[in-house]
Amino acid sequence: MTDNTNINSFQKQKNKEEMKKQLITFALMIGFTIIAFAIVATEAMDKMFAIPLLLILAVVQVAFQFYYFMHMKDKGHEFPSMMIYGGIWAAILTVAALVAIVWW
Amino acid sequence: MSHDHSLNPETMPQEPEKATLEGKNKFLGLWFFLGGETVLFASLFGTFLALRNSTADGPAGEEIFGLELVFLMTMLLLTSSLTSVYAMYHMKNNDFKKMQLWLGITAFLGIGFLACEIYEFYHYIHEYHFTFRSSAFGSAFYTLVGFHGGHVAFGLSWLIAIMVRNAKRGLNLYNAPKYYTFSLYWHFIDVVWVFIFTVVYLMGKVG
Repeated sequence: MTDNTNINSFQKQKNKEEMKKQLITFALMIGFTIIAFAIVATEAMDKMFAIPLLLILAVVQVAFQFYYFMHMKDKGHEFPSMMIYGGIWAAILTVAALVAIVWW
Repeated sequence: MSHDHSLNPETMPQEPEKATLEGKNKFLGLWFFLGGETVLFASLFGTFLALRNSTADGPAGEEIFGLELVFLMTMLLLTSSLTSVYAMYHMKNNDFKKMQLWLGITAFLGIGFLACEIYEFYHYIHEYHFTFRSSAFGSAFYTLVGFHGGHVAFGLSWLIAIMVRNAKRGLNLYNAPKYYTFSLYWHFIDVVWVFIFTVVYLMGKVG
């Protein structure tokens, strides 16, 4: 019984630390969002720089969402990673093909 | 009785959502589904990108999009993603009441998001006469954004259904995977929204 409670308090502490990381992730994601909106609202940047920067901000934010909020950084997530990267691979091909059709 | 006992253990395992075979299968199945969803949304994004300048003399994106509303919607959905993380945190600590509370907050934020989106579409149709049939841009816009809105509506129904269904049961190994798979789905909705606000609204404003 005493062993159980020990494991529990240890796990609770671990969960708490995990939650702290999630909060930092959330703060970063809010930050990225605000930067992205600020770039567009202030019209501070040329289109040539703004669009790639907006896309990079989105990709970084999504990576945080996958790896921290959806726990893809934890072990036992090999299959989820395979599925998501497979999906992303097909997604890139699809978007590239549809955009290329109207290029000319 | 033994069945009931195995689903209601005296001490909860560290990861109750993956403690049973059914839970493990649901976890893998949902990720498989999300891989498929990625491809589905990619085809809608690709269509939108190909048609976003085909306005057929109708309204263009930069004329009608309002960044304030989009920013508000982004904050609502992003915060609801965090509140569902809180719910899963309480699930791992075996605190059912707090989990339900945070999921309730998640549902409210989701409803707020959906209300904003309905207002947005209503505004476009009545103020700018920008409809699904206005132009190829209109069709692509409403299909992509509306499909995401439909996913939010489905997620809300899902969430409310499991919250009501399990309200008196408490947390056990039978329903923990149901809550966990919902939270994954909900995060994925937010992932899609990040690309929608970037590609549709922000890139639409930039030109």
